[in-house]
Amino acid sequence: MVLQEIIIAGFGGQGILSAGRLLAYAGMLGNMNVSWLPSYGPEMRGGTANCNVIITDGQVGSPILNSSTSLIVMNTPSLAKFESFVEPGGIIVIDSSLVDRKCTRNDIKVFEIPATRIASEMGNQVFANIILLGKLVAETNIISKENFELALKKTLPPRKHHLIPEEMKAFELGMNYN
Amino acid sequence: MAIVMKRPHALRDVPTTFCPGCTHGIIHRMIAECLDELDIEGKTIGISPVGCTYGNYEFFNCDMVQAAHGRAPAVATGVKRVNPDNVVFAYQGDGDLAAIGMAEIVHAATRGENITVIFANNTVYGMTSGQMAPTTILGQVTQTTPFGRKPEFHGFPIRVCELLSTLDGATFVERVSTHNIKNIINAKKAIKKAFKVQLAKKGFSIVEVLSTCPTNWGLNPSESLKRIEEELLPVFPLGNFKGKDLEV
Amino acid sequence: MGEKMLMKGNEAIAEAAIRAGCRFYFGYPITPQSEISHYMARKMPEVNGTFIQAESEVAAINMVYGAASAGARVLTTSSSPGISLKQEGLSYIAGAELPAVIVNIVRSGPGLGGILPAQGDYFQAVKGGGHGDYKMVVLAPASVQEAYELTVEAFNIADRYRIASMIMGDGTLGQMMEVVEFRDEEDNKVYEKPWAATGTKLLRDHNVITSIYIDPVTLEKHNLNLQAKYKKISENETRVEVYNCDDADIIVAAYGTVARIVKNVIKTAEKEGIKVGLIRPVSLWPFPEKAFQKYADVPKAFLTVEMSAGQMVEDVRLSLNGRNEVHFYGRMGGMIPAQSEILDKIREILREAK
Repeated sequence: MVLQEIIIAGFGGQGILSAGRLLAYAGMLGNMNVSWLPSYGPEMRGGTANCNVIITDGQVGSPILNSSTSLIVMNTPSLAKFESFVEPGGIIVIDSSLVDRKCTRNDIKVFEIPATRIASEMGNQVFANIILLGKLVAETNIISKENFELALKKTLPPRKHHLIPEEMKAFELGMNYN
Repeated sequence: MAIVMKRPHALRDVPTTFCPGCTHGIIHRMIAECLDELDIEGKTIGISPVGCTYGNYEFFNCDMVQAAHGRAPAVATGVKRVNPDNVVFAYQGDGDLAAIGMAEIVHAATRGENITVIFANNTVYGMTSGQMAPTTILGQVTQTTPFGRKPEFHGFPIRVCELLSTLDGATFVERVSTHNIKNIINAKKAIKKAFKVQLAKKGFSIVEVLSTCPTNWGLNPSESLKRIEEELLPVFPLGNFKGKDLEV
Repeated sequence: MGEKMLMKGNEAIAEAAIRAGCRFYFGYPITPQSEISHYMARKMPEVNGTFIQAESEVAAINMVYGAASAGARVLTTSSSPGISLKQEGLSYIAGAELPAVIVNIVRSGPGLGGILPAQGDYFQAVKGGGHGDYKMVVLAPASVQEAYELTVEAFNIADRYRIASMIMGDGTLGQMMEVVEFRDEEDNKVYEKPWAATGTKLLRDHNVITSIYIDPVTLEKHNLNLQAKYKKISENETRVEVYNCDDADIIVAAYGTVARIVKNVIKTAEKEGIKVGLIRPVSLWPFPEKAFQKYADVPKAFLTVEMSAGQMVEDVRLSLNGRNEVHFYGRMGGMIPAQSEILDKIREILREAK
């Protein structure tokens, strides 16, 4: 059975929730069962944000994750909070331009990518989440690149469609990052 | 023998529940006459309030919806939005409209809901046996102002027409009275115009009708009429506050 | 089935209402259900519907009362504190026998409480809330797909019995996205409403929508009629999911998203050789008593898990009427019971039962 339970965590405004939504949408396009659950709070911007995404070819059980198969973190507090959630053998993708310490686990695969710096060099810092997603997808094969692009088309409003080539570039950068 | 006076078709052949000398009956008759004269009874829905007129759904021949205390303008909004070609009126007293239902009346007016509100102001809660109303005038003795309404304890009476006429959504706002024939004729004119405003889809209309409550005022019917003239008119001046020149 | 979409529970409820033929929505903003209002504000104009952001929850429910009086399918949605404000209107809707659909995306209380998920409004929904002897049909979806399907059904039930139906989900259900597959066309039954206030056209006697009956004899008769109607609804509209209950060591009772957590627990427990069953009331009222009675003697014990201090557990106990032990585990304040906590509780109960 294919099953990925993914936690994405960071600050509000980093595209944490939208990254999770894109992943879930692409999963749906791949005929998988999916769920996406945001942490929701009174703060709209700048607070901590995280979401739980489940992609599986079986039934989605609880949408609320108490453990996960993979984790993307975009700030230090989120690493502290969620690194223990990852099951042995799972993976963590860390934005090393924003997280100032190392992961303490040695029973999981850890990938450090300076995603925010790379995105800034590309000219758009907001693509950092997409770079990290690219790495997660490359390591898990949970969705296809084609479905990710289709998910972008389906979920972005037409006035933002001109950004899609840039986003795909960021996604591929993440996929191929070593 | 020729018939010179008969019950309007829009009124049902049932006894009213009002005390002797109360002018609610006159106001009901005026509304019914307007429904007859404008030939709109068949498409009118009335909203009954809570208060002495809670049961006026039994008095009118048109369809009627009984509302919770103060909520008649919200209920009227719901009814009207479903069938905008129907004529919808709410009948409310002063406690219902100006205390518990102040939010609903203000917002129905400011939305410019195309409904008509007939607001009977007798400066007292009648049905619950004579407590202070938001329109109780200074010095007036009620069950809950046994030593008279004092501004330092109870604040001041609310002038509903003046307040609502500040709202852009209110199209027709007029205060009338029932204390003599001349004023009853004027009141009927205002009520009819309010319905015409609605028929012309011009928006929110309200007619405040100064009314008596002999039982809770402790006065006989003719003294009650005199009280409107002498004590209420100085506090609640009659006249049109909005929509006077509106042609409908 | 037709179109597949990835949607929040809140959005699926709004879309379901439109598909069910609801063209009138009255609401007031409150977290965590505001997406329903946003959706309605955008979509209602496209279908010639009416959206009003009311001045208060009180006004919104009374607009519902008015629109239902005029014969329309009508919806209002809110979350716990707002639902408290609507209780007056709900009692009047029950008394006047009006069909309406109310959604409560429950947050944690009491008072202003918090905005995170909870199930502390169970008593309010199924035992009254407003004054007088009345009932609402209360449906508790556990997935976005079910939120859609039950919302459509809520409108049909409301019209069929002239009663208020409530969709009760917690904040998790409202906020989470899942795939929802919409039917190409809804089976929207058209219910004649000869009682509605639509104008007599001078062709019939006037219709009166009211909940006041001053004469006690008449009012008691009205109440007896209501009770007879509620009995009929209990017989026809009880909904429940029974899962893994045959030969279960323990049966867990849970509804809404908590039932989903329990399903994960069932899998984990199986690995330890513990057989856990689940009875998930889908209709909270009418409560599926018979399902509990059927399995009363099967497990060593029952466990009710809720995001509350213990509300539905009372109905589980009433249904079993002493035939088996009923334990309780609950979290409050927006805390969600973790799988491990539930499993620990199950182990503890079974240890003591031996």
